[in-house]
Amino acid sequence: MKKKMSSIPFNGTPEQEAKLDAYIAEHRTEEGCLMPIMQEAQLIYGYLPKEVQIHIAEKLGIPAEEVFGVATFYSMFNLSPKGKYQISVCLGTACYVKGSREVLDKICDILEIQPGECTDDGLFSIEACRCVGACGLAPVMMVNGSDVYGRLKASEVESIINKYKEFEKEEKEYENMG
Amino acid sequence: MKTWAELQAIKADVNANVFAASAPGEYRVLVGLATCGIAAGAMPVYDAFKEAAAGNPKCKVGQVGCIGMCQYEPIVEVIEGGKRTTYVKMDAEKAARVYQEHILGGQVVTDYLLVENGITCNSLEDTTFYKLQKRIALRNCGIIDPENIDEYIARDGYAALYKVITEMSSEDVVNVILDSGLRGRGGAGFPTGKKWSFAAVQQAPQKFVCCNADEGDPGAFMDRSVLEGDPHALLEAMTIAGKAIGATQGYIYVRAEYPVAVKRLNIAIKQAKEYGLLGDNILGTDFCFDIGIRLGAGAFVCGEETALMTSIEGKRGEPRPRPPFPAVKGLFQSPTILNNVETYANVAQIILNGASWFSSMGTEKSKGTKVFALGGKINNTGLVEVPMGTTLRTVVEQIGGGIPNGKKFKAAQTGGPSGGCIPAEHFDVEIDYDNLIAIGSMMGSGGLIVMDEDNCMVDIAKFFLDFTVDESCGKCTPCRIGTRRLYELLEKITSGEGEPSDIDELEALAAHIKDNSLCGLGQTAPNPILSTLRYFRDEYEAHINDKKCPSHVCRDLLTFTIDPEKCVGCTKCARNCPANAISGAVKEPHVIDHDKCVQCSVCMQNCAFGAITKD
Repeated sequence: MKKKMSSIPFNGTPEQEAKLDAYIAEHRTEEGCLMPIMQEAQLIYGYLPKEVQIHIAEKLGIPAEEVFGVATFYSMFNLSPKGKYQISVCLGTACYVKGSREVLDKICDILEIQPGECTDDGLFSIEACRCVGACGLAPVMMVNGSDVYGRLKASEVESIINKYKEFEKEEKEYENMG
Repeated sequence: MKTWAELQAIKADVNANVFAASAPGEYRVLVGLATCGIAAGAMPVYDAFKEAAAGNPKCKVGQVGCIGMCQYEPIVEVIEGGKRTTYVKMDAEKAARVYQEHILGGQVVTDYLLVENGITCNSLEDTTFYKLQKRIALRNCGIIDPENIDEYIARDGYAALYKVITEMSSEDVVNVILDSGLRGRGGAGFPTGKKWSFAAVQQAPQKFVCCNADEGDPGAFMDRSVLEGDPHALLEAMTIAGKAIGATQGYIYVRAEYPVAVKRLNIAIKQAKEYGLLGDNILGTDFCFDIGIRLGAGAFVCGEETALMTSIEGKRGEPRPRPPFPAVKGLFQSPTILNNVETYANVAQIILNGASWFSSMGTEKSKGTKVFALGGKINNTGLVEVPMGTTLRTVVEQIGGGIPNGKKFKAAQTGGPSGGCIPAEHFDVEIDYDNLIAIGSMMGSGGLIVMDEDNCMVDIAKFFLDFTVDESCGKCTPCRIGTRRLYELLEKITSGEGEPSDIDELEALAAHIKDNSLCGLGQTAPNPILSTLRYFRDEYEAHINDKKCPSHVCRDLLTFTIDPEKCVGCTKCARNCPANAISGAVKEPHVIDHDKCVQCSVCMQNCAFGAITKD
């Protein structure tokens, strides 16, 4: 899987760094601690910016290349930030045979981005994911890993996306009022 | 820390007060809260019952793991006395009604019962789906609260560990597993006892027991169900394995996509430690064994044993050549055994009931049961555990309830991206390791995806190759480049550019990749192509020679036509065509310009007169 390093400027906070450093200090002597540390870093920052990878390498006394190698090997490590609404469409076998490819294509069409990308406004990102284990509900898509839409038809996708756009509008209006 | 006597007291207490037939008028409500249940909306159902029953001493609400009938989720079981009632497709409103009418009023709400083949079933146990199963690995799933160790203990939990520690030598344990005939449930079916015996004889300061819970096959969720429904069974088995091979540390490598499983494993580990069943001085003896959890990060190749161990070491999860085998030099260069979740889920039962009990089930070389994740074009999607040797027909037609919408069975895919398709002509094959290999598929971890006449087998092969191309780790050339070339050939065939020589090329390349790849991923990657070529060669030939997709799946090969007899000239298709490929005057038959048509099928979906066909 090709991965692009994000060009969005890094804007980590000292609090985030302190949190990561505490985790590193606690686990650095354990054998095989690199991946758990990177997983924690992704939880803290939402993705793994170059700066954070270098920071981890320095703290552990290993080459940054090693950290980058691990980050690009595993599909769950993100080098770019995700959209506010992360859409994932399951392309596991059960979903695929029930038409999840059409669902994914439809979403890409509507948002005009490809899987792995984020819309310019930072609202939506799409990914094609591996089996989420909800095969009984195939085809399945999820938003932010928690809103699950099952037994989907490609024709239903647009209204789901609109729902989130609507949320966003309401939130904006609310902010403006406040 | 609990003594054995105290654990026995807990067991008696839970059996008497929680599991036993309660007095009439006393109810237990169990809500299935595995991932699939939660995804279907089980949480509000659980909350509704909790709220309704608050302050009612005669109604206890609990959570259980997956009961196995995915498409009926959310599922609720109400137990009164010895009587179970299963409600399906529940929501919060239905829950309120069940509480009012059943629990307070004593009347079963028949509207929400499960209907199988037109027959209303009071309980899951009355269904054909359930009756034909034999549950060993899944024996506690859907029965106990996975976050409560006491309920596991009440179902003979940790009794096998007690027996191993107090009555058996390491050799005895290995021999029982060897004699039982248990084979690895994760893929290739290597005898588990043999694996253990290799590691047991190694002399080393440290050894490891690992569990592969990185269930990566698309369409497989057996292991998730055990992790979410019965996590202690895994901990107990790994501890037994530790005793058998002389290890003091275990690792569970679980995929991060299973957050519920990870949470329940962590809870289970904590509880087991509190009870002195894990950690230092287990059950008051000098035997120590600890288990750590390592999260995967989304790499299918990490299901391969050496890659998994490299990943636990915190590195890129690339496989390495064998020998040395992990039993000699595995994790951190120490002797290591690795089994998958389902394999471990059988261990405690084998220790308790004996090797001959286990080996009395199944076929000559495949003992015990196998869990399958039924999915795809089948009525009863779900998790089923059947004795080895059950025919595919029984699994699909009887347990699975057949194919929906009156469609015809075309093939069942087993073994995921490493496996193959079993066509209708082998519908009566008895499923076991060796029979599946003989017909060109494999057991794999147990995903069983059913396909009907609407699925194109070339497209399915392409789907799996797309997966392996993406997941190939890149370390060895035959897999890295070879799988991509296979994929490109399939792409060529499905887009209408195929030539007759492509089939020969596919076969030659497939043989080369099988022989020369470093690990199991590459060695089995061509299987989806080889097995579909073996049974559905005519479909490949139709794509190549006639430029047709017989199942009407491959878009580039479709031709849409408007039947002038049926077309009334309503113009709806022309107005909706994104490619402006349709022309015609109002009230006159319309025509599709095939040069412009992009085969999106929008016209067909919009035609109210059924005038448009695809071929």
